[in-house]
Amino acid sequence: MSIAARLQAPAVVNRGIRESVGSRAISLWIPLGLFLSFTLLPFYWMVVYAFRAEGSTLPLPWPLTLDHLATVWNELNFSTYFLNSTITAVFTLLFTVVLSLLAGYAMSRYEFKGKAPFMLVLLATQFVPGAMLLIPLFIIFRQFGLIDSLVALIIADTVFQLPLCAILMANFLRNIPMELEEASWIDGCGRVRGFLAVVLPLLRPAIVAVGSFAFIGAWNNFLFALMFINSNDRFTLPVGLNSTIGEYSADYGALAAGGVVAAIPVVIVFAIVQRFLVQGVSAGAVKG
Amino acid sequence: MTGSALAMKPRRRRRIPTPYLLIAPAVVLIATFIAYPVGTVGYFSLFQYSASKPWATRFIGLENFRVMLFEDPLFWRTLGITTAWVVAEVALQLVFGLALALILNRTFRNRGLARALMFAPWAISGVLATQIWLLIYNPSTGIADVLSQLGSPTQFAPLASAAGAFWSAVIAEVWRGIPFFAILILADMQSIPTEMYEAADVDGASKVQQFFFITLPYLRDAIIITTLLRAVWEFNNVDLIYTLTGGGPAGATTTLPLYVVEEAVGSRNFGYGSALTIAGFVILLIFSVLYLQLGRASRREGKS
Repeated sequence: MSIAARLQAPAVVNRGIRESVGSRAISLWIPLGLFLSFTLLPFYWMVVYAFRAEGSTLPLPWPLTLDHLATVWNELNFSTYFLNSTITAVFTLLFTVVLSLLAGYAMSRYEFKGKAPFMLVLLATQFVPGAMLLIPLFIIFRQFGLIDSLVALIIADTVFQLPLCAILMANFLRNIPMELEEASWIDGCGRVRGFLAVVLPLLRPAIVAVGSFAFIGAWNNFLFALMFINSNDRFTLPVGLNSTIGEYSADYGALAAGGVVAAIPVVIVFAIVQRFLVQGVSAGAVKG
Repeated sequence: MTGSALAMKPRRRRRIPTPYLLIAPAVVLIATFIAYPVGTVGYFSLFQYSASKPWATRFIGLENFRVMLFEDPLFWRTLGITTAWVVAEVALQLVFGLALALILNRTFRNRGLARALMFAPWAISGVLATQIWLLIYNPSTGIADVLSQLGSPTQFAPLASAAGAFWSAVIAEVWRGIPFFAILILADMQSIPTEMYEAADVDGASKVQQFFFITLPYLRDAIIITTLLRAVWEFNNVDLIYTLTGGGPAGATTTLPLYVVEEAVGSRNFGYGSALTIAGFVILLIFSVLYLQLGRASRREGKS
């Protein structure tokens, strides 16, 4: 059976040909169950604490309450953190998608001097960690007057997401036949119109994937926000969450509810992008 | 994907600089915010430069490096902790990631859903992972609480001891890191030709033999690259340790990058922090080159 056929075949068909139910339990279901519990129990524990009323010791979010959520949202300023994180992540997404479309198009459709070094530089940036550039970046942003501004975060996040997103975009573009574009030129489209009318619609999965990676990266970034932002009103969720860990370490309901607020958008975006993870990873776009 | 990428070679050579216009924004951004900062780190490392005492800034040559190598026991201590951290993370994530990939590569009902659930921790930030695992490590909300409800008399407060804090951070990060390895290895596993296993079946090889003589050798290059990338990434990983243990107790979990962050964010000691950064770069560079050499040498051996 070919790999593709094997991937698509319903599980029932395969079972029992060579494997007994017992050996399948030992080699598949038991390890799968263990992995699933290790992965999901921590999430579940957070949900229990976030939605369980004070005083209950049930291992369930029961009696159900939204009090903790209301506390972090209204009193602990999480509505502001959420807004700041959203602004940062959405602008990072937009800039990363547009810039990686441009660079990806150049890398996939043109031969030019310096293309190989350019791609090498893109890959090499993966060895330059943000943590190690905190000091010089702080000094640069201070010169631009951008300390304590979300603009600094958007720039820094875009810069660090861009290289691998551009490579990913180029890989997607290479899979779109050049003939389609050329046909549109014959029909009288210019290069730009041909791209917009023919290529862009086909690139939708690529844009979704690149956009999601950029969004998750920016949403999760902690160190840049820690270093470049000073005032509480401009904190993003990771920094806000961290200060809550320090100050409200005894209020477990609030801690867990803050975690839920930070997790929800990322979980939704992850649900969209998880189909592309394997592709993204082969391009090196999935950092970890 | 790579096959069709090779087939689709760009076919036109043009004189007009359109491609340069297209890559210009990326080049400018990378030059300004990655390349230039890397250069300035080297420059600042030669200065006594503290943002809290800007008037005392002066050029001191290699003094920062002399202090670091000969007078700062913290440098050597953090380097040791970083090594232990990287080795533990990469080894555990590789073993469990490989196991998870083997499981997810099999056919079963709802496999798509299982994959999505298992990969979820990949999307979680270091701070959020801290948040989640704090609830588990905390004596009054986590494992300790469950144990005491079951009647266990032992006190369990993992973050209080040096070894406990280190392994607590390791486990939380392994939880977050397994999907990375699993995704990468799974991608490569799916390209192993099925005929290899069919032939092995005909020859009477057991599943275990097939794993060691077909699967592992086939995955070797992917594993070499993945472990290298992961080692570099975990070396520099600060978010989770910074928020979970804060480098404590008593510096027991302070890695080199965490030390840099403390110098940068805490004491604003930019000169010495830059020197530490340079040390980190050099160590990673040497390690990467040696690791790839080693990988290449062992591959030659395997082939001959």
